Amino acid sequence: MKLGRVIGTLVATVKPEGMKGLKLLIVRPLTADLKDDGDPFVATDASAQASSGDLVTWEAAREAALLHDPWFVPIDHAVVGIVDQHHLGEYPGRRG
Amino acid sequence: MILGRVLGTVVATVQHPYYSGKKQLLVGALNPDGTLDGSRYILALDTVGAGVGQTVLVEDEGNSARQILGDSKAPVRSLIVAIVDDVTEG
Repeated sequence: MKLGRVIGTLVATVKPEGMKGLKLLIVRPLTADLKDDGDPFVATDASAQASSGDLVTWEAAREAALLHDPWFVPIDHAVVGIVDQHHLGEYPGRRG
Repeated sequence: MILGRVLGTVVATVQHPYYSGKKQLLVGALNPDGTLDGSRYILALDTVGAGVGQTVLVEDEGNSARQILGDSKAPVRSLIVAIVDDVTEG
């Protein structure tokens, strides 16, 4: 898993059958010390309650598809949970 | 597998039911000389009772994780699978 910040939501009417009923979120990936880490992506919400502004954990690829019930839906990123507490010890951060 | 150091913890109350009650640790990737890489990290489930500051081995592949967990449908990719006692470089 990785950390991310929900920066938006989106709705699509025309979409694959397997994606029906799944909430879509726009997520910006974050580093371990919660700095922006690359381009945002669209993920489904396997935590069921994530919304804009939430610090979340997310998973990609096959594991994202396994997070939903019925399992193995045609998606590539999913939000796993909403982070209540994030504790990080000494961390050098990105170099350069 | 990735050599890493446990840097911290993450707690989530609202989350996928599979993750409920399971310890999630922030692991920073280490260079072979034991220094923190600084950019690569993983949020992994703990299977060995690792704590902050310990050097660990992280399995970062879903099929291996499901094999270790003994659950073919586990929506998990990253697991802490070992606590490293010693690394010898060269």
